[in-house]
Amino acid sequence: MDASRQIPKGAGSSRDSTASTPQRHGNASQAAARSLTRPLILALLFLAASTLVSLWVGYRLLDPSLLREDPTARILFFDLRLPRVVLGGILGASLGAVGACLQAFFRNPLAEPFTLGVSGGGTLGASVAIALGWGINLAGVPMVFLAAFAGSAAAVLVVYWLSRTGDVVMPGTLLLAGVVVNLIASAGVILIQYIADYSRALQILRWTIGTIDVVGFDRIWRMLILLIPGWAILLAITRDLHLLAMGEESAASLGVNVRRCERLVYIASSLIVGVAVAEGGTIAFVGLIIPHAVRLVLGQDVRLVLPCSFLVGAGFLMLADALARTALTSGELPVGAVTAVIGGITFLGLLRRQRRFSAI
Amino acid sequence: MAHSSSLEPAHADTLIEARGLRFAYEAELWVVDDVSLQIERGALAALIGANGSGKSTLIRLLAGLRTANAGEVLFSGQPLKGIPRQRLARSLAYVPQINPMIFPFTALEVVMTGRSPYTPRFRFESRLDVEKAHKALATVDGAHLAPRPVTELSGGERQLVAVARALAQEPECLILDEPAAALDLKHRTSLIRILRQLRDRQGMTALMVTHDLQLLDPAFDQVFAIHRGALLAEGPPAQVLRDRVLSRVYDDPQVRARKLEGRTFVWSGT
Repeated sequence: MDASRQIPKGAGSSRDSTASTPQRHGNASQAAARSLTRPLILALLFLAASTLVSLWVGYRLLDPSLLREDPTARILFFDLRLPRVVLGGILGASLGAVGACLQAFFRNPLAEPFTLGVSGGGTLGASVAIALGWGINLAGVPMVFLAAFAGSAAAVLVVYWLSRTGDVVMPGTLLLAGVVVNLIASAGVILIQYIADYSRALQILRWTIGTIDVVGFDRIWRMLILLIPGWAILLAITRDLHLLAMGEESAASLGVNVRRCERLVYIASSLIVGVAVAEGGTIAFVGLIIPHAVRLVLGQDVRLVLPCSFLVGAGFLMLADALARTALTSGELPVGAVTAVIGGITFLGLLRRQRRFSAI
Repeated sequence: MAHSSSLEPAHADTLIEARGLRFAYEAELWVVDDVSLQIERGALAALIGANGSGKSTLIRLLAGLRTANAGEVLFSGQPLKGIPRQRLARSLAYVPQINPMIFPFTALEVVMTGRSPYTPRFRFESRLDVEKAHKALATVDGAHLAPRPVTELSGGERQLVAVARALAQEPECLILDEPAAALDLKHRTSLIRILRQLRDRQGMTALMVTHDLQLLDPAFDQVFAIHRGALLAEGPPAQVLRDRVLSRVYDDPQVRARKLEGRTFVWSGT
């Protein structure tokens, strides 16, 4: 009796006050059905702006009239600056999206390719390939990419295997295992540098710092052979990741095939990170800061955060590279150093904020 | 119950059936040991047992979150294994015991995920889904929580949000792992009231793990008691809540159950 008197009243009145009013207030409000359009437009605007800026600045500012008249300027632009900007965009997009994916999947805001050791593993794999000789392509895909992919895959498996006990991934162990795998991998890289001959050792050193040197579009096409499947997987499992970000068990009870999703995350993240590392070296923390920045603006919904991290990551790395190209009057900074400084400081800030949640 | 049986006369009696379920995390250490049980459609059922007796594992098996080493679970007469995940999620909702939240999703966002079994993979929830999520929150008296980040909610409020998410799934059956543990006295009774009401109005079935034995009689229809993974007793609350049964369930000879003003009270010790 008591029950039937109280509940309908409570349910009816509070529904009227909360459910219908915000909806009348229009689409921007929390209660309206969510859509990707507005966030995508925002992210695309940012991407377009950063593309223009990074095409414009450089060793010399871009002069559009010169492009029409001067063939040398044309070559410089289309063979050096444009590919470099595109590569920066591809790498930034890849790292941003993988970062958003890993953070959601591991339910850990500090997870990203670098902190989980995935890029470390990729670096080791690629170093082996470089030390053994660059040139071989396998079905259009350079061996370095495949070796880096293998290294990344091995790293992610080891880290996950160490940190998982039964149903629970321990966040502390996850990051610790990532750090240790990174250390082991970089020790491996140093060993390889000692063993390899002088010119290749120098090549490895230059590359591990993280620079975006590219001539022409040939290598970019080859990267895309592996990257596009990886990106496609990430976008396909975005909804599952959104549910997983709120807990593995509840995601499973909502119909997510957690084991399959886990395998896809492994494959996609090691594919993407492997190739990104093989081409750009270790570009640290892009995968960490981009998803956080996106979340600050768009909120937590992974279905918004992941695609937007892809676009914003692209824009961010283009800008970081533009900064790296122009910061010094002579020569340039490695872009990996630029992102490491910006990202490392952000990481420390996050770590401090994190202390409030005692679980980590 | 009369209501639900008139809707589906074909299998009006049993919604969930377990046949000889066995489960072990380590070889031969049976956490669930040869459990067979039937939960009636439209019943409010409780699962009781001592800590570590295998309650949570058993309901995970019943919810299809784990696969038994032996035996099978039937849902609406169909083997649970054969039901596609997404379709199962529309009929059966599970409320986990603890739901640690790392990211500050809003309560509404969490409840909205309950609509994902009805939403195509690449679509966002519709306005109707948003409305249903709000309604589910209001049902558990949590309408005011909608815009708040779940990381800032108390344990009990989070529990309410988890229940609301399950309700947003519009399931035939709700399986809850100790939902009352973090709730205060008022919300505990109101949760039971909500479950009873859903049972009476929509014929919803619910199975709830609980340590709070005072809740059971007369609110529940069926009580299952397990002891070291095996089913020890089952029946209406008044039949299970007896000194002799309970002292075996909890390995405690001092457990006493007494009826007072139509309710059964249980306590232990001198």
